[in-house]
Amino acid sequence: MASNKTYWKSVEELDENSSIVSKLQEKEFVSDIQTGDFLGDKETLEDSQTSRRDFLKYVGFSTAAVSLAACEGPVVKSIPYVVQPDEIIPGVANHYATTLADGFDFANVLVKTREGRPILVMPNKLAHGSTNARAQASVLSLYDSLRLKGPKVNGNDTSWSDADAQIKSTLASLKAAGEKIVLLTGTLASPSTEKLIADFIRAYGNVQHIQYDAISETAALDAFEQVYGKRALPGYDFSKAQTIVSIGADFLGDWQGGGFEKSYTDGRKVSQGKMSRHIQFEANLSLTGANADKRVVLKPSVQVHALLNLYNAVTGEKLPSKATPKDAEIEKAAVQLKKAGSKAVVVTGIQDKNAQLIALALNQKLKSKVMDAATLRYTRQGNDAQVAQLLDEMNAGKVGALITYNTNPVYTLAESTALVDGMKKLKLSVAFASSEDETAIKAQFALPTPHYLESWGDVCMAEGAMSLMQPTINPLFDTKQFQDCLLSWTGNDISYYHYLKAFWKAEVLGGTSWNQALHDGIFVEKPKKSLKSKRIDAVVAARTLKSSVKEGPFELILYSSTALGDGQQANNPWLQELPDPITRASWDNYLTISQSDAAALGFSNPVQDNGAIDGDYANITVNGVVLEKVPVLIQPGQAKGTLGLALGYGKTKAMKKEMQVGVNAYALALDFSNVQIAGLSKTEGTHKFACEQLQHTIAGRYEILKETSFDAYQNEPATEWNAKPVVSLKHEEVEATTVDLWDDHDRSIGHHFNLSIDLTGCTGCGACVIACHAENNVPVVGKKEVRVGRDMHWLRIDRYYSSDLDTPSDERSKNVNSTSDVVADYHALEVPSENPQVAFQPVMCQHCNHAPCETVCPVAATTHGRQGQNQMTYNRCVGTRYCANNCPYRVRRFNWFKYNENSEFDFNMNDDYGKMVLNPDVAVRSRGVMEKCSFCIQSTQQVILNAKKEGRKVAPGEFNDACACSAACSTGALVFGDVNEEKDAIVALKEDKRAYRLLEAIGTDNNVVYQVKVRNTEEE
Amino acid sequence: MKSVKKHSQTFGTGIFSLIFSILITFNLSAQGDVKAGKSLFNANCAACHKLNKKLVGPALGKISERRTLPWLKAWIRNNNALRASGDADAIAIYEAYNGSPMTAFPQLSDQDIVNLVAYMDADPVKKMATATAAQAPIEEPSKGSSAWISYLVTLILLSIILWIYFKSNNGFLKIVATIFLLFLIAYVGFSALFKVGVDEGYQPVQPIAFSHKIHAGDNKIDCQYCHSSAKHSKHSGIPSVNVCMNCHKNIAEVAEETATPEYSKAFYDNEIQKIYKAAGWDPENLQYTGETEPIKWVRIHNLPDFAYFNHAQHVTVGGVKCQKCHGPIEEMHEVYQHAPLTMGWCIDCHKETKVKMDGNGYYKNIHEELSKKYGVDKVTVAQMGGKECGKCHY
Repeated sequence: MASNKTYWKSVEELDENSSIVSKLQEKEFVSDIQTGDFLGDKETLEDSQTSRRDFLKYVGFSTAAVSLAACEGPVVKSIPYVVQPDEIIPGVANHYATTLADGFDFANVLVKTREGRPILVMPNKLAHGSTNARAQASVLSLYDSLRLKGPKVNGNDTSWSDADAQIKSTLASLKAAGEKIVLLTGTLASPSTEKLIADFIRAYGNVQHIQYDAISETAALDAFEQVYGKRALPGYDFSKAQTIVSIGADFLGDWQGGGFEKSYTDGRKVSQGKMSRHIQFEANLSLTGANADKRVVLKPSVQVHALLNLYNAVTGEKLPSKATPKDAEIEKAAVQLKKAGSKAVVVTGIQDKNAQLIALALNQKLKSKVMDAATLRYTRQGNDAQVAQLLDEMNAGKVGALITYNTNPVYTLAESTALVDGMKKLKLSVAFASSEDETAIKAQFALPTPHYLESWGDVCMAEGAMSLMQPTINPLFDTKQFQDCLLSWTGNDISYYHYLKAFWKAEVLGGTSWNQALHDGIFVEKPKKSLKSKRIDAVVAARTLKSSVKEGPFELILYSSTALGDGQQANNPWLQELPDPITRASWDNYLTISQSDAAALGFSNPVQDNGAIDGDYANITVNGVVLEKVPVLIQPGQAKGTLGLALGYGKTKAMKKEMQVGVNAYALALDFSNVQIAGLSKTEGTHKFACEQLQHTIAGRYEILKETSFDAYQNEPATEWNAKPVVSLKHEEVEATTVDLWDDHDRSIGHHFNLSIDLTGCTGCGACVIACHAENNVPVVGKKEVRVGRDMHWLRIDRYYSSDLDTPSDERSKNVNSTSDVVADYHALEVPSENPQVAFQPVMCQHCNHAPCETVCPVAATTHGRQGQNQMTYNRCVGTRYCANNCPYRVRRFNWFKYNENSEFDFNMNDDYGKMVLNPDVAVRSRGVMEKCSFCIQSTQQVILNAKKEGRKVAPGEFNDACACSAACSTGALVFGDVNEEKDAIVALKEDKRAYRLLEAIGTDNNVVYQVKVRNTEEE
Repeated sequence: MKSVKKHSQTFGTGIFSLIFSILITFNLSAQGDVKAGKSLFNANCAACHKLNKKLVGPALGKISERRTLPWLKAWIRNNNALRASGDADAIAIYEAYNGSPMTAFPQLSDQDIVNLVAYMDADPVKKMATATAAQAPIEEPSKGSSAWISYLVTLILLSIILWIYFKSNNGFLKIVATIFLLFLIAYVGFSALFKVGVDEGYQPVQPIAFSHKIHAGDNKIDCQYCHSSAKHSKHSGIPSVNVCMNCHKNIAEVAEETATPEYSKAFYDNEIQKIYKAAGWDPENLQYTGETEPIKWVRIHNLPDFAYFNHAQHVTVGGVKCQKCHGPIEEMHEVYQHAPLTMGWCIDCHKETKVKMDGNGYYKNIHEELSKKYGVDKVTVAQMGGKECGKCHY
């Protein structure tokens, strides 16, 4: 309220001629609902042969028939184990620490299993693990029914022994002929596997191991190798940073393997009096840019010069460069970097070795302690040059065998036709694959590998910590680990498990316990010394860099989306339905374009009366390669002259029909580069987006978001930036919380749950959304249903754009009654959509102590518990939807259909394997009932029961891991706890000066507390 | 199978037999006390030996026809030492039973061993007349006189109403009778509909005629020996077959007195064979074959999926006896559903039951505060929030 800003969710709202948005805020549907589809028109109704009497007869008969049929209950069988495993007690969950490493995502995780089935993946807090949305969703990929279920040779089923024998004999003949064998893998980061590969190389001689990343960090690896002599990536500890300048590095996304969000937010704990200043120069509006304190919009070609200018400004050197339109901002950033000194860091995502060299040199000049050349990271190890060379050699017939593992190059290589042609010339092609993907289909042998939750392994993500991977379920299919095959091909008859154990005992554990390491999932090693660096010749680097800059009418930036990443989990419906944090669109990739470019080329995104968004199609041409019919979405904050397109979509092999969405952007990643010069032309057709940005509207009450500056937070009283709402009582203004329609219940005895959401700490990553899906059996509804606003997310992350306004808020709020008034204010300013500020706000049921939904339910299906939970009793609900209508926060979701065991919704709940992920402690809801966040009552009750069984009090903080969202939150932005337990962290958070509740003025007395978003607006 | 009961030898008998044995040490087994021998056998040997049949170890009936008493003494007290001394017989037995050594019993006195041998040598107890004869049809248990009375009352009422309608001229009576009839129909109809989905008394035929009366009643096996997850989990758990085999590895047949008029010994012995089939146990060679098949029990207590119930909460925390909900399970040959399992039934109990808080650290503060709030000494489950919808439905 007090902040001098106006919030908007969609550019449509800024259009004063658009009537649709204001109408949407008032009505759920602008036009009348078309009932003609199922009722028929008046004439047909009158012509109908069925009279009213007949109709009543049918109704009577069917009611009677159904009642009679219901009299006989079904016979239910109960089948116990023959021999019950010691560690399993039916109904009690087991937890195992393991490690996710699929070549793209790496995470230390804790897996919850029920009766031997993994059902939930959470960060392993013992190992300081953090999980993103894909790590959370990986448990569903285990139950992908389209996984490869047994070995295949040339598309026909075969047995492991036959396949093994054939491959072995071919390998032997290749060895005899001295022909080259190539192992093409994704980033392994597995020391024991690397040793095994070394054994393999020793056994077969002419073997080359090439690592390949679909989304490459080769430039950074090359640069680091040149300077420090080791092919790795430096570690970054952003918690130590005072100033962070990122030039095109999406480090809260997947930059260099990701996982930086925790240290980033640790450096921005305002309650501890610290907040780094983060300046982002970028073209696409990325998650990192959305979180930045200051975001400067720059085209990739200009980013190069920005980096050079920044270097010059910091060091005072004169590297060859060019002026950029944002040089003033660069100057300011340089001043702040110099001021922060060793607490400053510069990171860049420019995929050019010389750009990375400049960044390294700049960090060295700054003596940055944030960049750490000792805690090396191994989460990306791909080498593009070797892959390019491999393609040449294969097509020249110089390669005898290709064995791929943990990679799908036929899908991810732009030059995939060259690869497929080359594969035809091989004597042996073996693809280790989890599903019959693009590469497995083209290979002679398609060998199924187990999912990481079925596998043994070790992972070294960063120097100093070794993680263990252990199976949490017996393999579902006839699979065999790559490592076991290598062992068998090298004539070693021990299993990989024994090999791994022996390797760890010999080289890692140093006499400590294997069982302990396995239990913890991690083994912490002694810190290593920093590597010595060579001098970086910045002048040479700058000169080469400057000359390599390519410019064109449109610069296309290919990025990995929050939901799908590199696309290997594209057949995962949870991820497909996860709305993109920025665009709020799901089930698609699309071309993001700036508003001015869109206007010039005639692209638009008309909003439909149900809040759905349509779009035009474009053809993109990159160096002669054409990608047809790509939908176009106008993105505020997109740099003019640039386009963004997410990778990982457009996969067609081993994909359910519904999941085959989007276009394959890898086809445009020519020369392994994520930036391309592209041509764009509009083409026929209208695309229907499944985009939620205008749905679940809260009637324009945008004061639900509060933000302030770090300066104001520290130096001004909280009333200035976190004003309590006032209402008029007896013609006097009083604080809204003091006036109440209801009598309050005494909740001081027992537990009383509250959830605190720190808007400063929330990066919008979406891990909580997926965790909520997994824990609460939230159904996936599909693209069509999402489009019409019937998504079932119990927890959504609203994204707000905002723009500074000159008029003081008090003055403005007097006039602001409708959107068009706000719009009028904008006209004096620059176009706000060119570079808006972004804020994320997770919204779930607010568990109001005085809940408007409860009072309107005609059947008392939603009631209030004394622990503060707003309870939803599905079996009592008759589906009037009054509650949803009366909810000011739009968090209630209606089951329009039966989503389980329904072939119309062919997602995991309609799939024998996919159903195994369901949480047996939570009911699977049926058609016609309301559902919503329950504060994970099944888990809070479990925590209480455990304490009761053990005869102790619930420990402070024990409830935090009960809620799936707070347990999954890597940054600690979501904290759940018991406000009646003095030592619980939630008690202080509830009373924090940043704390506020949504729409406090309406007096719903929410149990969800938000913490005002703080930005570091310090400009110098 | 009452015979499985462990009998402990009292010290008195021990001392007595010791004195007695000194007097007659020179005598052979004929002087042994068969009764004392039987109880010793049951306490120490029956886990691995039978008289007439091989079990873990060889059959021991008429042992003195095969072994001398001094050899037996040496073997029983310390068979390991006997083997070490190079005794050929001892080594042969050891090898015949796959090198599994017998437990040593150094505590057994000479007289104990004499008594044991006497028991082993004694003729087996006479068999029951015939097992098949017991298959006689059982009498229908009479409903008792109460049923007759209700039939009589109904008959009288019916005839009164018929009389009113057809013979009486009193209009008022007719109206009263009509109202009465309507109420009666409504009452009967309502209670009939209310019973839909309530399976009180549901007693399905199980794949194995497992008798809770024999196990929990006669042999007093603790409920949670088999239903071990009840104290940890929301499920009480149906025991896996390996739990059955803990005992039934040794108990291949029931005692004669276990047979009931309804089910003969042969019938029960056959049921035990079904466990062996499920567990893949070869009773001849006394080993597992690995060919298992799970037992498909018919579930009796079916709560709907939307109702949450936790056994551990009630059993471990609340200290509720199993019988409270499951009825006199120790008297049931075939289990039936004792309680209606309706929501009203749950709630009624939650309203009445006082929470057992003593000695539970969780409740310490809560109890004091709550009892102050409600002004009562003990709080009920409902007062603790056990009546909230969301506690059982989510």
